[in-house]
Amino acid sequence: MQTVFKKTPILTDTVLHYCPGCGHGIVHRLVAEVIEELGVQDRTVGLVPVGCAVFGYKYFNIDTIEAAHGRAPAAATGVKRTDPNRVVFTYQGDGDLASIGAAEIVHAAHRGEKITTIFINNAIYGMTGGQMAPTTLVGQKTTTSPYGRDKDHCGSPIRVAEMLATIEGSAYIERVAVNTPANIIKAKKAIKNAFECQLAGKGFSLVEVLSNCPTNWGMSPVESMEWLEKNMIPYYPLGVKKDITKEV
Amino acid sequence: MAKKLMKGCEAVAEAAIQAGCHYFFGYPITPQNDIPEYMSARLPKVGGCFLQAESEVAAINMVYGAAASGARVMTSSSSPGISLKQEGISYLAGAELPCVVVNMVRGGPGLGSIQPSQGDYFQATRGGGHGDYHPIVLAPSSVQEAVDLMQDAFDLADVYRTPVMILADGIIGQMMEPVEFHEKTSTRELPKKDWAATGWNPESGRPRAIVNSLYIEVEELQEMNDRLQARYKVIRENEARAELYNTENAEIILCAYGTVARICKSAIALCEKQGVKVGLFRPITVWPFPEKELAGAMAQDSVKKAITVEISSGQMLEDVKLTVNGKKPVEFFGKPGSYTPTAEEIAEFIMKSREA
Repeated sequence: MQTVFKKTPILTDTVLHYCPGCGHGIVHRLVAEVIEELGVQDRTVGLVPVGCAVFGYKYFNIDTIEAAHGRAPAAATGVKRTDPNRVVFTYQGDGDLASIGAAEIVHAAHRGEKITTIFINNAIYGMTGGQMAPTTLVGQKTTTSPYGRDKDHCGSPIRVAEMLATIEGSAYIERVAVNTPANIIKAKKAIKNAFECQLAGKGFSLVEVLSNCPTNWGMSPVESMEWLEKNMIPYYPLGVKKDITKEV
Repeated sequence: MAKKLMKGCEAVAEAAIQAGCHYFFGYPITPQNDIPEYMSARLPKVGGCFLQAESEVAAINMVYGAAASGARVMTSSSSPGISLKQEGISYLAGAELPCVVVNMVRGGPGLGSIQPSQGDYFQATRGGGHGDYHPIVLAPSSVQEAVDLMQDAFDLADVYRTPVMILADGIIGQMMEPVEFHEKTSTRELPKKDWAATGWNPESGRPRAIVNSLYIEVEELQEMNDRLQARYKVIRENEARAELYNTENAEIILCAYGTVARICKSAIALCEKQGVKVGLFRPITVWPFPEKELAGAMAQDSVKKAITVEISSGQMLEDVKLTVNGKKPVEFFGKPGSYTPTAEEIAEFIMKSREA
């Protein structure tokens, strides 16, 4: 029998705790496959956040560090600066990165820290039970915006990729989505570009991944993918926001 | 080696480098800025890395990352900045990571002052952040002692896999004193850091490194806490250190640490002139608190009482009282904020206290 698909050895055999239909599992696989393809397992250190991906250390078959809420880019800085030969990435959600960790991600980008950040934007706090995130869309109902997000009361959603692309030290910034097979293929390419940017020592790289949260959005997995397509992508346009590796 | 006249902060920084610390992450705050400044000039020359973080919060988390990947690493700050670092120190303790944190204490609460204080005794010795943990806390009372303690601070951190804090008041940081740097080597057997996250080769034979302080199951968290408490017990038994000065057959035992302990020695000389024998108990480790040394001094028949002297409203006072345990009176002299008492004031308090 011919093997047509095999799980990457960079993922452990531990059963994921994510809800059915959640995009985290897809993104974990993409990151793991990229680490495998680049052949850098033995010098990669991953930093996992506080949030749904808090148990990432159980799933990525690499040395991992669990960071405090929002502080993964600072901790990653400590890992990278003590040995620049290491391949260092953070895996963070929108509450972790865009709210409590806004300072850490901005300054990691600002220093041109040679790390890669995988940023999951699902427009909600998942692990704590569906509270409003900085990325929650206007009008979107959450447990702390029960009448829908009111921009006059708590502002408009932050476009992290565009914001970080304005920073001199960022080298590669792209926004992707994991709602369709075509988009998943593009997401993997972006993640690989980001890691390659780090390997080339160009500067800070980040891939913002639009993902879903069927449980806290109160939708079926299929509905949530459609909602992402209809509501998130128009506000968070996909594509490369910055790429100095292409500049001459 | 010949003596050099050096400012406390700079001497501490140099001693850290000589103790093998090549990584420093910090943020400016008075009165400790000479530490990051010194590090920024020296570390690149020894193949290390100095980085000015965007905040104290970021700095301690950079320390967390560096420690997690096995580096000897340090940060420094002063009181309000230490408050900000406490979350990170709790994570370092929970993840069982070694590091050194220097606190050149200033007056508080709030923005307080930039003058020396001892108001951070509680936040240093009681853990300071969330959860049941203690850093080892060393309290030098001279620039030379601060220098001498640095090698030990890093070694203790590595041996016990714990944050170690240098608790010095702003006077130690800002004062210039002659210091001597000794050719130092670790006197302790340092464990291999085979737990560090450095990149994993499955063929290497070592297990995959996971640096973490999350134990979601009650039993697992219990196991981690039991491990920490067992370690703290060993630290209490083996690492408590104090200086006993003039305590033999003394009538009164002064209890003081840091700069205040030196002022107390002058007060003791003033009392001596008036024919009153006063001794000094000076903890060098304030956690673990040197209970045996204090209890021993206090047990003498000649000793009538203890007087604790601090630049605080009486924080170490609680440890002194817990140790004396009601057997003899314990009095307090000091003020909260940044008022450093003079030897004359302390001597006057002692003499009045005898009449009471």
